[in-house]
Amino acid sequence: MSSGSYYVPASSRWPVLGSVALGAMMVGTGIKLVYDTGLPLVLIGVVGILAVMGLWFRDVISESRGGLYDEQMDRSFRWGMGWFIFSEVMFFAAFFGALFYVRMFAIPWLGGEGAKGVSALLWPDFVATWPLLNPPDSSIAGPEQVFSPWQLPLVNTLILITSSITLTVAHEALKVGDRKTCRNWLTGTVLLGCCFIMIQGVEYYEAYAHYGITLEAGIFGATFFILTGFHGVHVIIGTLILAAMLVRIIKGHFGGENHFGFEASCWYWHFVDVVWVGLFIFVYVL
Amino acid sequence: MAPKLPPQPPLQHSTTAVADGQSHGHAAPPKGIFRWLLTTNHKEIGSLYLIFSLTMFFIGGIFALVVRAELFQPGLQLVEPEFFNQMTTMHGLIMVFGAVMPAFTGLANWMIPLQIGAPDMALPRLNNFSFWLLPVSFTLLLSTLLMPGGGPNFGWTFYAPLSTNFAPPSTTFFILALHIAGISSILGAINIIATILNMRAPGMRLMDMPLFVWTWLITAFLLIAVMPVLAGVITMMLMDINFGTSFFDAAGGGDPVLFQHLFWFFGHPEVYIMILPAFGIVSAIIPTFARKPLFGYASMVYATAAIALLSFLVWAHHMFIVGLPLVAELFFMYSTMLIAVPTGVKVFNWVTTLFRGSISFESPMLFALAFVVLFTIGGFSGLMLAIAPADFQYHDTYFVVAHFHYVLVPGAIFAIMAGVYYWLPKWTGHYPNEKLAQWHFWFSIIGVNLTFFPMHFAGLAGMPRRIPDYALQFADFNLLSSIGAFFFGASQLLFVLGVILCVRGGKKAPAKAWEGAEDLEWTVPSPAPLHTFETPPVFHRTSH
Repeated sequence: MSSGSYYVPASSRWPVLGSVALGAMMVGTGIKLVYDTGLPLVLIGVVGILAVMGLWFRDVISESRGGLYDEQMDRSFRWGMGWFIFSEVMFFAAFFGALFYVRMFAIPWLGGEGAKGVSALLWPDFVATWPLLNPPDSSIAGPEQVFSPWQLPLVNTLILITSSITLTVAHEALKVGDRKTCRNWLTGTVLLGCCFIMIQGVEYYEAYAHYGITLEAGIFGATFFILTGFHGVHVIIGTLILAAMLVRIIKGHFGGENHFGFEASCWYWHFVDVVWVGLFIFVYVL
Repeated sequence: MAPKLPPQPPLQHSTTAVADGQSHGHAAPPKGIFRWLLTTNHKEIGSLYLIFSLTMFFIGGIFALVVRAELFQPGLQLVEPEFFNQMTTMHGLIMVFGAVMPAFTGLANWMIPLQIGAPDMALPRLNNFSFWLLPVSFTLLLSTLLMPGGGPNFGWTFYAPLSTNFAPPSTTFFILALHIAGISSILGAINIIATILNMRAPGMRLMDMPLFVWTWLITAFLLIAVMPVLAGVITMMLMDINFGTSFFDAAGGGDPVLFQHLFWFFGHPEVYIMILPAFGIVSAIIPTFARKPLFGYASMVYATAAIALLSFLVWAHHMFIVGLPLVAELFFMYSTMLIAVPTGVKVFNWVTTLFRGSISFESPMLFALAFVVLFTIGGFSGLMLAIAPADFQYHDTYFVVAHFHYVLVPGAIFAIMAGVYYWLPKWTGHYPNEKLAQWHFWFSIIGVNLTFFPMHFAGLAGMPRRIPDYALQFADFNLLSSIGAFFFGASQLLFVLGVILCVRGGKKAPAKAWEGAEDLEWTVPSPAPLHTFETPPVFHRTSH
């Protein structure tokens, strides 16, 4: 409950600049997609967003280190981060839901299953399979083959799970004030994140170069890339966040009790990790 | 029942905040436009939300009047069918995402900290960000009307493949605008949840909170749960349009019906997002003007939660005719009907609160009572639509249009107006001009019913929605609807006039502006000073 010391910041210029930057990025993206120009506007927007985030967080960090935040403020941040991660869960749930719906209903129905019959009439020769190598209409070329889960995907799974463990070791070290151990294990975590991103890059290259898994390759390619793609973006963001935390550790920020910035980064990283496990099971293995 | 206040004069610190606000450690706010661009104050941001919402209400209203003018008589007379489609689409998008949702968020910003005794929202800078995303988003959305090929023309539900394969190029911009609005909603909801869970005055338990706070807590949960799903589905649209994916294309193994499932998984909770805070407002106003505590406080809370949970299990009742398996038709039919139970609990509680009350009929109460009656009509037509075999007949007719306008206009909009008239004395320090407000009410209620009631008959007789022309037998109903729409639209100018006059002056309002009002916001002076509850108030509860 409130103790009366809750810090209400004075006016700030970062939020409104952030919304302008986000608007620039979105407008630029639209112009790029529709009229194939406007890349500079996208870049201005992205740089603007990153700059605003940096400056905004700098304010928050200096307020926190200036002792302006009380326990209640800490709880606000915890609720805020927790519900933000829940919103991310629901974002991925939409894509997983699409995958499940396609595999459980749409494709079997196209193959003639169920009492409806109509969709089976469209492409009478279509055979329902998963992974869908032969999309119903011949105008769309399916993938030639799909990845074995027990090669690069398994390596990536082990990398991410290991990174969650190393991050936890770093967190435990920070809790007892062992800054050096924390720094070392956090460095390892960031490196593992980078490894994951690189391996995912190799996999995408392989997908396009040798497997015929592309965005245009029917519903398999679509679900594959939207799930792994958004996960990959989250790993990149998570790695950047952890790198920022590493810089802060080196600078001597955070105490054994007072390090929610670090803890929130851990929450985010573990969430990204859990999503990958779901991906590994439902996109690669099953 | 609603929490009672200790019998004490307006809190001392709040009154002093007006006199010597600077000494409380607040730097002087920037001058001019920058004050509004950079503000972190929940009251200022609340006002910005409300002004934005009112602007969008009139823009969306003008689009509706274009539609009604075209439908005034059969045949094509005023606009091209292409443009007609853009008007129906933009009317829906602007009203849902630009008018109703920001209005409730504005009320939440203003009132939640005051009702729970908090100094501000939990994350004030994030609050500013949430608001200023909206003008960016809606400028982009409205600008699509001027783009080559025109704006979105596929209805506010933007069903694929109409919105992917057969849509104008501006659809990409529409998607990106909606992404910005979605980010705004999610961040706003996170802020509201954190505020309610973390910023209550010492001693105020969850079950002591006013119902407006409770309904917003649950609404914020719904927003965080479903806005990301909307983001997901519009991202898939973006991919289908620009990157050749097959999410909603059966030729590649996808399914257009998948779009509808994902959209309505968002869309059905969304309609409760637009009505639960209205329940909260009405649950504040009716006890005040009946001068009785709310009947069945706890059951109101549980009913709200039940409606919210059920809202995740009913989405396919929007899709009865797309060819669902029989078992799905049955499941979604029965789960939809179940919602009538907690909703009935609410209506029962409002009516029972009125029973043997000392009722007076000030303008907030008139709007609240009209809400109870007319929202219930909308609820009943919803029950009719829930019956799958009957829906085969009603689907995509004007009966559906009548149904959701009854729950949204005399439902959500009337509740917002009731809330504005109820809290204007707290915001401005003046009572709104009661005579003007009464005229506004009576014109509105006549206009609303004249507009939407005939649509029931046109729909049952088979008139399809979203078509610029119609068969001769629908002419009389449409003529009435169009007259009603222009009457309703014009009478909203009285609302604007009333608000402006109230901001500029009027009868002075005391801290407790309404005799029967009980919640914490009535302990701070009217107008509420810029900073309130910097030291948390002591909350005393009376037994339920």
